[in-house]
Amino acid sequence: MENEKKPKRKGLSLRGRQTVSGYLFIAPWLVGITVFFLYNIIEAWRYSFNVLVMEDGKRIFTWVGLDNYYFIFREHTTFFVEMFESIFQMIVNVPLIIFFALFMAILLNRQFMGRGMVRAIFFLPVIMASAAIADTIEMSYGMLFGGVEYIPPEVMREQTGFNVGSIIMLLANFQVPPQVVEFIVEAIANLHEIIRSAGVQILIFLAALQSIPPSMYEVAQIEGATSYETFWKITIPMVSPLIITNVVYTVVDTYANSEVVETARDMYVMENNFGASSAMSLSTALLVCLVLFAICWLISRRVFYYD
Amino acid sequence: MNIKSRFNEWANSPMAKNNVQKWGGRTKNFIFNIVMAIIIVGVCYTILAPVIAIISRTFMSPQDIGNPLVFLFPQEPTMYNLQMAVRYMDYVSTLTRTFIHAGAFAVLSVVVASFVGYGFARFKFPGVGILFGLVILSIVVPVQSYMIPMFLNFRFFLGQSDWNLINPNYPIPLLLLTLTGVGIRSGLYIFIFRQFFRGIPKDIEEAAFIDGAGTFGTYMKIMLPNAIPAVTTVFLFAFVWHYNDTYYGGLLMTGNSLMAAQLGSVGWTYSEDQDTRNPIFIQLVVFAAVSLAIAPILTLYLFLQRFFVEGLERSGIVG
Repeated sequence: MENEKKPKRKGLSLRGRQTVSGYLFIAPWLVGITVFFLYNIIEAWRYSFNVLVMEDGKRIFTWVGLDNYYFIFREHTTFFVEMFESIFQMIVNVPLIIFFALFMAILLNRQFMGRGMVRAIFFLPVIMASAAIADTIEMSYGMLFGGVEYIPPEVMREQTGFNVGSIIMLLANFQVPPQVVEFIVEAIANLHEIIRSAGVQILIFLAALQSIPPSMYEVAQIEGATSYETFWKITIPMVSPLIITNVVYTVVDTYANSEVVETARDMYVMENNFGASSAMSLSTALLVCLVLFAICWLISRRVFYYD
Repeated sequence: MNIKSRFNEWANSPMAKNNVQKWGGRTKNFIFNIVMAIIIVGVCYTILAPVIAIISRTFMSPQDIGNPLVFLFPQEPTMYNLQMAVRYMDYVSTLTRTFIHAGAFAVLSVVVASFVGYGFARFKFPGVGILFGLVILSIVVPVQSYMIPMFLNFRFFLGQSDWNLINPNYPIPLLLLTLTGVGIRSGLYIFIFRQFFRGIPKDIEEAAFIDGAGTFGTYMKIMLPNAIPAVTTVFLFAFVWHYNDTYYGGLLMTGNSLMAAQLGSVGWTYSEDQDTRNPIFIQLVVFAAVSLAIAPILTLYLFLQRFFVEGLERSGIVG
């Protein structure tokens, strides 16, 4: 009895101390997530069941129940299709971007001439992908080619891309199943996109690769491991926590740039329909969360942590 | 003795084996290097193509744009576009202000995110799973989807009609968001730090703990120095995203004249002030402005790059 009581007199137990310091560390975030995030989400959720009208700087709510949801799923012409296309696009892009980023990070982590310059080039998409610069460039293209000669960016991308038709023919001649062909064609058609949107992921992987202690590789080399074994037994497990980070980032980035988000934004910018806009955002966000948790659950069983 | 057996004899001699190994290894290396070079050059070109186009147009005169013979190198190079961009963006002053703004927010983001990330990485407390789920949720849900409630929340803070936190000239809402870890992509930074800290062996911390360091001391003296790659990465991302941000700036700080806002309006200001409606003139100035906006971040990156390699391997604690 006395032995059990002794630490309690001094203060909290180890578990209690862990709890207190844990909460102390996340305290600032706890405030932020409640006041600036959860509150807003709940408000958006409330909007999605109402028709919201702004009058004299006041908000007037009219309860309409599930009407907004009925509208976006059954009456809106494009939303439902766009939502599933965005999800499909995401499922195609995520593995490609992750593999590409890991591959490039491993290449860039080697010693070669002009490495600093190449790394700087790989950082460019991170800068260029920002809305400010991308919009400016697009706008100025519109100015230059204005009128009949204006080429929308979608068409431009296809023109600069690779001739996909030849690949389809080739694969069809080899009796490759159509689903696989579709996947490969998507991948090739999106090559530009994949390279451009892998900038952040490459940097995160680079940082991860560089935090692997070189002594591990030395030990493996002395023990006679081939570079293939070293890759699977050291590099991959050590990088694996950040594979999850990158998957999360990729999914979110693909989603944030997808058409659904744009449709939801147009809904209130063009039509001032706050309710339907909120309903769209919330239902797609929910779907993306489900996809994300499924992917993370699949990967996280293989992730290596020190604890 | 036929040819076959003579060949076998030769092939089994130590000299031949040595040669095969040597030359085989060299050829393999050579081919590997060539393939690597091709891949890197190819990918670099894909990334660089639009940037090269922008930089070359920065120095072009309108005559060059109309000249079908000019592809990259202008026949009549001019500094006019750059001068105009510098003048109408108020470049030096804008750059200074934007660097201070982005730098301060990036430092704040690193401090807050590493702090919170450490809390999530190393402490077991009730509800940690659910709370970390909320971090992921805050990354996943795009800010566009709760833009209206967020704006109204700052306009009538905590439901008080006279608490207006939105000021056209000062980033008060953004400061609050960043300080509480829900600013521009703060969730991602927390996530990065959490994953990094979890990747650092626990032995170091336990050793520090046994030697009498407090929780906070362990974080400051042991964990943070070991996460220098993460700190650099997050600082860089936060800097770039604050530097380039138009969304939060346009919504919560409407009067700002930071780089992103200047970039958006430089074409308009130029055409109004010079009284020109020629789209080619305007576009050349815009291209010059984009070059001017990219250049400082790229310089910063080149400067910060050497910190990427200073991780565990330099501190020599692990191993």
